[in-house]
Amino acid sequence: MSLSGKGAITGIGETVYARGSTRPALDLQIEASLKAIEDAGLSPRDIDGVIPIGITGAPAEEFIHNFGIEDLKFSAVNPIGGASGIASVQTALSLIDSGVCNHVLIPAGRNTSIGAKAGARIHTMPQFHYVTEFELPLGAVSPAQLYAPMARRHMELFGTTSLQFAQVAIAMRAHAVLHDNAVMKKPMTVEDHQNSRMITDPYRLFDCSLESDGGAALVVSSAERARDMKQPRVQVIGIAEGHPDSPSSITQRHDMTKLGLSKAAPRAFAQAGIKPDDIDVAEIYDCFTYQVICQIEDMGFCKKGEGGPFVENGRLQLGGALPTNTHGGLLSQAHMLGMNHIVELVRQLRGQGGRTQVAGAEVGLATGYGDLGDGSIAIMARA
Amino acid sequence: MTAEKKPVPHETELSKPYWDAARQGVLKIQKCSNCGTVRHYPQLVCVECYSREYGWTETSGKSTLHSWTIAHHAFHAAFRDELPYILATVDLEEGPRALGRLVGIEAQDLKIGLPLRYSFVSDENGTPILTFHPAG
Ligand SMILES: [Zn+2]
Repeated sequence: MSLSGKGAITGIGETVYARGSTRPALDLQIEASLKAIEDAGLSPRDIDGVIPIGITGAPAEEFIHNFGIEDLKFSAVNPIGGASGIASVQTALSLIDSGVCNHVLIPAGRNTSIGAKAGARIHTMPQFHYVTEFELPLGAVSPAQLYAPMARRHMELFGTTSLQFAQVAIAMRAHAVLHDNAVMKKPMTVEDHQNSRMITDPYRLFDCSLESDGGAALVVSSAERARDMKQPRVQVIGIAEGHPDSPSSITQRHDMTKLGLSKAAPRAFAQAGIKPDDIDVAEIYDCFTYQVICQIEDMGFCKKGEGGPFVENGRLQLGGALPTNTHGGLLSQAHMLGMNHIVELVRQLRGQGGRTQVAGAEVGLATGYGDLGDGSIAIMARA
Repeated sequence: MTAEKKPVPHETELSKPYWDAARQGVLKIQKCSNCGTVRHYPQLVCVECYSREYGWTETSGKSTLHSWTIAHHAFHAAFRDELPYILATVDLEEGPRALGRLVGIEAQDLKIGLPLRYSFVSDENGTPILTFHPAG
């Protein structure tokens, strides 16, 4: 019994990604949602489940009002930050498989130019209460400062280097430069990365993701319905979420080099019946460069500690063995809570990847990473 | 610019004994009254035996460096004048960890396992800031 092959991502939609937008988050969510619904060949009134993403996500009521949905059968929120997108696909698949819903909309959108920055935002969230009480007063304010000790420990234990972090950053940038909806268009060299200013050691500016404005949305439907829908069918063949040990405190985590993904990934690969070697394209949640290296290890592409050398020699770039974040990721396309990773994976598997299309991509994965290391993973296949 | 004050911890009934001890310069952590398991940060129930009875125990102060970051960018204006500063993840002899500032050491001397001792230093709000120093 698993959700493998039960459902498909039948619609994807994105706004233009930008910085300095004046449009409210709801407006961005509605635009992305309408695009995703149209992409699926559906009417907004066909949506019977809504799972909004993140603390900027508008409640389901807004979608009932704006879309004239007469009988919404389900709504809920998965509060695990950037892991929520894929976790919500898992929720949607469960609803579809059990017959509760036919077409579930997963909308996301935010405007960080008129809303709070990440550093201020997290301290209002209940899952950060230990951080807010015991760590914020020390000057541990932002996610960068909370996550950096994980990276430093990995460097000290395994010899991982900032130059290896640079390999992640320049791969994402190379893809963003080619992509038609990415914020960062200036090519980046290893030297550019090394010369970018230190934010919180070992993270330099170019190890950090963007703060972006925009919206992204998905429609999830049953695999059976998807067969006759508008787009090439992209099925979900493995999906899981995982929560790290000590999920509310990285400080107290027994092994801070492991994320929730280390629990989720083996389950997802088992459902899919494939191995990491079978993956043609990966969209890995890249809030920071090191987090990509850690997730590559946690998914079993290499052993723990070997992620640094793994990302060298252009392995993550188009033409490499594991083309990763073909849209530029959170580091160079936009920070859209990882929803942009799911959208990009679907696009790749449909063969709609444009200038960053991985030739012959048939099987791929996307990951999510939330809060203090929650993880999620979706393995998809064109079929 | 630095008119903005540092964030003040919101003490709870659960955590008040920690802060009361900290204001006296003492690092205390919870200890299960039933099975003796120590824990930090404060929580309501023992993860080993699920007893809700607990007391507070003074730590020995013996501790070692687990990891760290060196802040070079102020994400909150009140910390700008202190840049760069070290945030240290520290293994307490008792088992749990603590996050604190680390002072009295150069960046190139930081390494996992470095022996440390602690003190509490009062900030502008009177918050006792857990501060580690090399033990040597
Ligand atoms: Zn106990």
